[in-house]
Amino acid sequence: MENVQQYSIEKEPKAVLAMDPVKFILWLFLVSIIMLFASQTSAYLVRRAEGNWLEFEMPVIFWYSTAVLLISSAAMQWAFYSAKKDEFKQLKIAISITFVLGLVFLWMQFEGWKELVKMNVYFVGNPSGSFFYVFTGLHGFHIITGLIVLFTAWTAAFRTRVHSKNLRRIEICVTYWHFLDILWIYLFVFLLTFN
Amino acid sequence: MSAIEGLETAHHHADEHEHHHEAQNFWQKYIFCEDHKVIAKQYLITGIMWAVVGISMSVIFRIQLGLPDSNLSWLKPILGGWISDSGKLDPNFYLALVTMHGTIMVFFVLTAGLSGTFSNFLIPLQIGARDMASGFMNMLSYWFFFIASVIMFASLFLQQGPAAGGWVIYPPLSALPQAHPGSGMGMTLWLASMALFIVSQLLGGINYITTVINLRTRGMSFDRLPLTIWSFLITAVLGLISFPVLLSSVLLLIFDRHFGTSFYLSDIYINGEALPNVGGSPILFQHLFWFLGHPEVYIVLLPGLGITSEVIATNSRKPIFGYRAMIASMLGIAFLAFIVWAHHMFVTGMNPFLGSVFMFLTLIIAVPSAVKGFNYITTLWRGNIVFTPGMLFSIGLVSLFVSGGLTGIILGNSALDIQLHDTYFVVAHFHLVMGAASAFGLFAGVYHWFPKMFGRMMNTTLGQIHFWFTFIGIYLVFIPMHYVGIAGFPRRYYQFTSYDFTNKFLDMNMFISIAAILSFLAQFIFLWNFFYSIFKGRRAPQNPWRSNTLEWTTPINPGHGNWVGEIPAVYRWSYDYSKPGAKEDFIPQNVPYSQTLESNFPHENELIATEKAIESQNFNDQFKSH
Repeated sequence: MENVQQYSIEKEPKAVLAMDPVKFILWLFLVSIIMLFASQTSAYLVRRAEGNWLEFEMPVIFWYSTAVLLISSAAMQWAFYSAKKDEFKQLKIAISITFVLGLVFLWMQFEGWKELVKMNVYFVGNPSGSFFYVFTGLHGFHIITGLIVLFTAWTAAFRTRVHSKNLRRIEICVTYWHFLDILWIYLFVFLLTFN
Repeated sequence: MSAIEGLETAHHHADEHEHHHEAQNFWQKYIFCEDHKVIAKQYLITGIMWAVVGISMSVIFRIQLGLPDSNLSWLKPILGGWISDSGKLDPNFYLALVTMHGTIMVFFVLTAGLSGTFSNFLIPLQIGARDMASGFMNMLSYWFFFIASVIMFASLFLQQGPAAGGWVIYPPLSALPQAHPGSGMGMTLWLASMALFIVSQLLGGINYITTVINLRTRGMSFDRLPLTIWSFLITAVLGLISFPVLLSSVLLLIFDRHFGTSFYLSDIYINGEALPNVGGSPILFQHLFWFLGHPEVYIVLLPGLGITSEVIATNSRKPIFGYRAMIASMLGIAFLAFIVWAHHMFVTGMNPFLGSVFMFLTLIIAVPSAVKGFNYITTLWRGNIVFTPGMLFSIGLVSLFVSGGLTGIILGNSALDIQLHDTYFVVAHFHLVMGAASAFGLFAGVYHWFPKMFGRMMNTTLGQIHFWFTFIGIYLVFIPMHYVGIAGFPRRYYQFTSYDFTNKFLDMNMFISIAAILSFLAQFIFLWNFFYSIFKGRRAPQNPWRSNTLEWTTPINPGHGNWVGEIPAVYRWSYDYSKPGAKEDFIPQNVPYSQTLESNFPHENELIATEKAIESQNFNDQFKSH
């Protein structure tokens, strides 16, 4: 194996790596989260098919919160492009917007719960309401973890540790945030369809 | 750590062999260690401790079942108030024992102890990596498991007793604290412990998958991976997909228990009083539980099968028969594992048509399983078999896998299941095919890789004695149990002396219990051999089993980073045993075809041209970028 040196100069080494392990780990985490929600939503369908199911209108605030989360995803993407182009000022603005919109989303989800309580749909009661709280609550929990990831990227951005040569942190952040966005849209459409 | 940076340094590292690691203190080296080998040993030792606890429990309830008149006062020092003044086992504690035996053996011994030990130990060593993709996550995985263990162990000492609703924790029994003494704090701790356990398994499994896919050494393509690694990879994928579902079902159960929701509860009266819960479905829990529960069977079994493939090929001095068929059948089993869960629920009032669909899918599993069975036997066929203890346990695994699998075909039949459901027939079936077979895989792995783990050899004679006692003992326990099951004995009953139809089987039950006690005692041979050999065993040679895989190219006591200097490149599969024309009867994976011209097949001579390409590849060395 001492002949490695001579080849390494004349020939570009071919990567065995399929992917950066850290990003790969992230994707596998996403798989486990997908399975968590897949099992929850299929449990919902199984239970719903058995009848005795409380039907209620989804409070309108969930439409607005969906829009907020979509905008925050767009801002996240903007932050990523800014980091790629080393435009630090824009990066800081974009990542701050994402973070704030994430908080706003959480607050709106909480307001949505209050609306539900006003409609006499409680966590304890008919499983149709309980499932609604569990879905939004579990997703909210993941949004909080997303905000923590976002916060580390945010501090890194303000210390100019995020730039075109060091994109891994923000890439992870972008993937996770978009994933949470898509996950919410899935849950939102699901809850609208099978109410 | 960073593979991207690793690319940049790949050019100029041939001269700097040493990896840079500062000296570690005791805590870094043995406690919060990120070295996969130490974590594997932590898993192994914890698993062995759990196995002692779990199997001891089974002995206690076997005494109750087989020798119902015996006086158990001698257990008072350990069990205290659970033994009555007249020396009888408390019936509630009997249920707790059965529950905890199942939980401990399935999750803590055969999932964490088996996968945790061998996936951790063998993946980096056999694929040629310095360590796992994330040593930190790996360490976390063990410590989550440890905390889960502590909580589960603590629950044994509750005044009300640990969880007692069966290891499957079906609601409403598990959801209502007033249903049973064990459904109170014991069940709460069970759920907390299992939630942490799931986190631990996910952290570990994600790491295994990432490591196998991303950190293979040069030349280690998927068609050169040892079957052990294939089995660990598939096991980890199964866990990644199924454990979140268990988490989901546990989460809803926790909401039902502690917040008063009605996911699983409906129309329940306790002492004539109606509970407020309406609209829930206990069957829903069973669906969610068995969506994990069935893949869990293969999470337990597949690592044992992978270990067996490796040990049988090595000790038959023959290439494994049907390497690709082995991979394909493991993939087939893994796929089918997810679409057969309802065969555990045939008697829940399921639509008979649906039952026949699940029956059909279940019976298909016999096909890939049979492929594996035949491949093991054809690998053994006319081999130069070396009967090391590891080899004996591997052959034993094949035997148990076949005899336990056959009764699976009977149980998978939705009509026959009406008679056999929840009888001792089921108990006998899954103990053979999943319990004992996986335990044999664990033993085979420990005997085979002990020299690599501790740099010393285990005593062969003691190992062989241990094997014969265990092997015969297992069959003496479980073959009669099938008859008891066909006769209609339900499982988890405290005693059978009060029913006429079961009364006459008392001596058979006694026989089973005595066989169980003898096989339990035989395990102390193993324990002594294991712990004695760690300190006093004969020093291991470099490659004691004359094996092909990469772990035997490391130093006898590998340090953190496994290889001194460069990680070897891989040029061939790991099963070149007794190759015609070769000087030795084995050719390790890191020997290039250009050095074995005398034994190459024509298509392998063509591969010589690719060797330079392999050697010029990125080293994938995690430690280089530090």
